[in-house]
Amino acid sequence: MSKHDTPMMDDLEKGPWPSFVSDLKRQAAKSPQCWDILGQMEQSYKDKITHWKHGGIVGVFGYGGGIVGRYSDLPDKFPGVAHFHTVRLNQPSSKFYTTEILRKLCDLWEKRGSGMTNFHGSTGDLVLLGTKTDELEPLFYDLTHDLNWDLGGSGSNLRTPANCIGKSRCEWACYDTDAVCYAMTMKYQDEIHRPAFPYKFKFKFSGCPNDCVAAIARSDLAVIGTWRDAIRINQAEVKNYISGANKPNGGAHSKGSKFDIQKEVISLCPTGCMWMEGDTLKIDDAECTRCMHCLNVMPKALRPGTDQGATIMMGAKAPILDGAQLATMIYPFIKLDAENEFEGLVEIIEKVWDWWMENGKNRERLGETMQRISLPVFLRVLEVEPIPQHVKEPRSNPYVFWREEEVEGGWERDVKEFRKRNAM
Amino acid sequence: MGYDPQNPMKDRITDIGPPHYEGMMPKVINENRGKWLYHEIVQPGVLKHVSETGAECYTVRVGSARLLSVEFLRETCDIADKFCDGHVRWTTRNNIEFITDSEAKMKAMVEDLKGRGNRFPVGGTGASVSNVVHTQGWIHCHTPATDASGVVKAVMDALFDHFVSMDLPAKCKVALACCLNMCGAVHCSDIAILGIHRKPPMVDHDAITGVCELPLAIAACPLGAVKPHTAKNSAGEEVKTVKVNAERCMFCGNCYTMCPAMPLADPEGDGIAILVGGKVSNSRKGTAFSKLVIPFLPNNPPRWPEVVDTVKGILETWAKNANKYERIGEWAERIGWEKFFELTKIPFTEKSVDDYRLAYDTWRTTTQFKFTSHTK
Ligand code: HEM
Ligand code: HEM
Ligand code: HEM
Ligand code: HEM
Ligand code: SF4
Ligand code: SF4
Ligand code: SF4
Ligand code: SF4
Repeated sequence: MSKHDTPMMDDLEKGPWPSFVSDLKRQAAKSPQCWDILGQMEQSYKDKITHWKHGGIVGVFGYGGGIVGRYSDLPDKFPGVAHFHTVRLNQPSSKFYTTEILRKLCDLWEKRGSGMTNFHGSTGDLVLLGTKTDELEPLFYDLTHDLNWDLGGSGSNLRTPANCIGKSRCEWACYDTDAVCYAMTMKYQDEIHRPAFPYKFKFKFSGCPNDCVAAIARSDLAVIGTWRDAIRINQAEVKNYISGANKPNGGAHSKGSKFDIQKEVISLCPTGCMWMEGDTLKIDDAECTRCMHCLNVMPKALRPGTDQGATIMMGAKAPILDGAQLATMIYPFIKLDAENEFEGLVEIIEKVWDWWMENGKNRERLGETMQRISLPVFLRVLEVEPIPQHVKEPRSNPYVFWREEEVEGGWERDVKEFRKRNAM
Repeated sequence: MGYDPQNPMKDRITDIGPPHYEGMMPKVINENRGKWLYHEIVQPGVLKHVSETGAECYTVRVGSARLLSVEFLRETCDIADKFCDGHVRWTTRNNIEFITDSEAKMKAMVEDLKGRGNRFPVGGTGASVSNVVHTQGWIHCHTPATDASGVVKAVMDALFDHFVSMDLPAKCKVALACCLNMCGAVHCSDIAILGIHRKPPMVDHDAITGVCELPLAIAACPLGAVKPHTAKNSAGEEVKTVKVNAERCMFCGNCYTMCPAMPLADPEGDGIAILVGGKVSNSRKGTAFSKLVIPFLPNNPPRWPEVVDTVKGILETWAKNANKYERIGEWAERIGWEKFFELTKIPFTEKSVDDYRLAYDTWRTTTQFKFTSHTK
């Protein structure tokens, strides 16, 4: 493995943004495979096409996921990347690391792989990028024995759960996302490691409706923090915003004119439920939809209420196959209680899985199954009473699928009897 | 000790999950969990959180390429050892966060980071362009229609000033996925850069027999464009295979996901579509999908100038015209999409008119619209 001529890659060393090319070159001193990564990338830049083949089934014994097989279609030219599988490690909740564990991981990956990583994959895993089949078992052994660390998911299983930083460093979190994510990850190790679902299933945990992990857009089951009572107001701090002593939006704008509470908060409230009485801010909490805008703009003055929990939404996915879906609100409010091991959430998860494992078609995400069988049926399966909050507006067509048991007298009728009363 | 290939099941450990988060977190975080009162942005890229207990922590946010070497990670550890008692974290958008409990250490750290070339740019907070969520592309995947890391590097070089300052009307989240599988879930981003194919799959009659379960490949096509077929392979033998009705194909690539004998990537066929106006946060108007405004731009490595110019153009037109707090989609909705196209000078094409399922949802069914250059 030696250096290739890579003029296009070299061009990507210029400029103010961190350069993955410079980084690959730095690593190449210790991991000569990196020259072949750069070589094959350059080849793709010339040919405008990928040079990776359609994967391959590889893994560690006993697991059906966590490793994605990958082979080069130019193995003779770039032998260093001929076999170049990815390993997905289950990231710790909200992606904190000690340097001690990271350094151990660096040493292990330099020994057993290419030395290149992704921090992180889009689902949340720590991705180790590029190794050979022979290295997988020894890597897994050292990972579990020396680092106490396990693989994440891939394939038709529970994908590695992920969460926002939540109560660990965010004043808006309405439940402890780190704790719930960790608890669910540990409870469902089998579902993560041994695929038994119709297709992938993702959990994501955000502490408030700002939804920093994009749970609403990309998880089959999204747990999003919220509150049921009144927004807590500190009127003294409201005055400090109005006077200019506090910077609006936590100082997120470096430009802009003097803060105007009417323009920047009250008239941007989507429900129009805020007003000033003299210099006191009033909120009609019964009308508030907890959109977070006012809290985001005045973090020192406003805090979520204290009756906190989460809204459960289901069925989000990227476009493949039937088009993208955002998650649909199913449970408006549940309490998340570490004392009972988040019992309410566990019950919901298992109800959905039981039904989806039986009724989901091969490669059908939960959201697609929900569409196919309809939201009314889905709610019935979950034993959730339909409420106006489940829809944006009532349907506008009258094509109701009445069930026979709902219609007085049933559907069995005698047309002869009918004709006696109603002639043709 | 260590792994014994003769005895692979010996002392095997499985299903232990990730390391527990508390062991990974600094003291100030563990001590103040659930007690945080408020935060402020001290300067672009630096957050200060204040706890009910009076404790404070400073977070320095740094952009990264996501594709990181262990040498780079070791340098990151050196910084974390020096200023953060050996702790570091990553955000959902691939930023690195160094957290420390004193203002003095924060300031020293920001100075230190400046001395490390282009490797640790501080920014990505507030009304800025944060890091680009992205996928693998030509560095590791078999289905891409474009690269990921190189496009992101080129785009972020051009938008860098908006990463390190907070001069925009609101935050702007840019995302890239190199094919319609959208591992990066770009479908709800302010600006989405999406790799697309435009040539239907070829069928490799020589290879298909061994690698593909035909019924699965046929069932994979959402539009029923893949049909059973018999054909002769290069050896002249009749084989059971499939054929593709090209007129029905929407180039989703799902057949290739299921069947390696149906490749569709192509140097001229492949390129990039641009979608805008998506939003994940529930603030103000709630969530929204990104909308397709440019159906195709060519792959032009190493720096994708057409893509870079377009993204920059959209961002700057929005920055000039939007109200404070207004994300790109909220702005486009307020002024109307016809005005969006007029102001950004993006040509409107039939490709932005939906013709997939439920397309009707996006057709205009009111007499209310604005007269723009489009109405002639
Ligand atoms: C040479 C043969 C094949 C290779 C190397 C290969 C490789 C891969 C890889 C790497 C993935 C991505 C996995 C992930 O996202 O975690 C994948 C996904 C998938 N493959 Fe294959 N594949 C092959 C053949 C097949 C065949 C013959 C089928 C079906 C009969 C198939 C069905 C699937 C399905 C359903 C997925 C999606 C799974 C998911 O998204 O979780 N593959 N394949
Ligand atoms: C049908 C849809 C999808 C298919 C067939 C698919 C297939 C694949 C394949 C083949 C890879 C391997 C790339 C490599 O070799 O490193 C991959 C990587 C990955 N995919 Fe997907 N994918 C799909 C949707 C998604 C979605 C919606 C997400 C997340 C929301 C996702 C998350 C990931 C992650 C985290 C990786 C690891 C690498 C990265 O982050 O770039 N995938 N996927
Ligand atoms: C087998 C199917 C149907 C038959 C044979 C049928 C037949 C008729 C007839 C004979 C009339 C009376 C016209 C008149 O005397 O002025 C009528 C009226 C009407 N039908 Fe239907 N119809 C059918 C289905 C439907 C459906 C599915 C809808 C709508 C969902 C519909 C909506 C109407 C409406 C709106 C009127 C006008 C009522 C009025 O102006 O008073 N029909 N239909
Ligand atoms: C299946 C659905 C519908 C049914 C059964 C229905 C039935 C009727 C009936 C019975 C009338 C009264 C006609 C009369 O004055 O004798 C009417 C009038 C009308 N319908 Fe519908 N309708 C349906 C859907 C719609 C829809 C979807 C629209 C428009 C989008 C519509 C627009 C109108 C209008 C404009 C009138 C006239 C109202 C007026 O007198 O000013 N209808 N419809
Ligand atoms: S989702 Fe809410 S609680 Fe979680 S980090 Fe974001 S703002 Fe904080
Ligand atoms: S959270 Fe949103 S809806 Fe509720 S008062 Fe604030 S701005 Fe209005
Ligand atoms: S978006 Fe498509 S091409 Fe990119 S990594 Fe995911 S599956 Fe591969
Ligand atoms: S690319 Fe998509 S639409 Fe075209 S044949 Fe394949 S599965 Fe069908």
